[in-house]
Amino acid sequence: MPEQSEIRYLTPPTVEIKKKKYCRFKKNGIKYIDYKDPEFLKKFLNEQGKILPRRITGTSLKFQRKLSVAIKRARHLALLPYVTDLLK
Amino acid sequence: MQNNYEAVFIMTPVLSDQQMKEAVDKFKTVLSNGGAEIVHEENWGLKKLAYPVNHKSTGFYQLLQFKSAPELIKKFETELKRDERIIRWLTVSLDKHALEYASKRIQRLSGQKAQQEAAQTEAKAETKEQVAVEQENNKEE
Repeated sequence: MPEQSEIRYLTPPTVEIKKKKYCRFKKNGIKYIDYKDPEFLKKFLNEQGKILPRRITGTSLKFQRKLSVAIKRARHLALLPYVTDLLK
Repeated sequence: MQNNYEAVFIMTPVLSDQQMKEAVDKFKTVLSNGGAEIVHEENWGLKKLAYPVNHKSTGFYQLLQFKSAPELIKKFETELKRDERIIRWLTVSLDKHALEYASKRIQRLSGQKAQQEAAQTEAKAETKEQVAVEQENNKEE
């Protein structure tokens, strides 16, 4: 029976270290999300202008709700598109 | 009771600058006649819309921040709705965090303005100095 230590790699295997996601609003102490700043809100949209889910951005539930309201207000004021291709 | 509100509205791009200012003044008088106090106003100028509204692809944006009684808002919004020059509007009430953010924004914008003015005056002073130096050089020649 070969021991486990006999298995040798030419290159050391890369162990994926999961980076912990965090809520950037909580971390930076942002309390109010401005709907008048479309460039900032674009960070939370995908290329079609859809709102990215929490599981991807790591935003906390409290701020995801506020974020969605801000994005919808910006869309109403034609600062952000409702539907588009190649937003970024 | 007075609450804090913020209104952003978009005017049609067919207006001239003069007409646009008249329209803004009209809504400001509507507010002040109703007993509201205008805290801050911003004109963002002609901006491109993210999607066409009423077959227009640009519009004049105007922001008004004011303190008023809640009863006035309905009146103010009907005025906006009846006016053909307005193509979109949004009125939101400001909570304490929003208010804090708004005051910071006002400070930042006024700071930027002051800086710009300072830069302009400096530039002017520099050009004056340059002119003076050039004149002296000419004399020496």
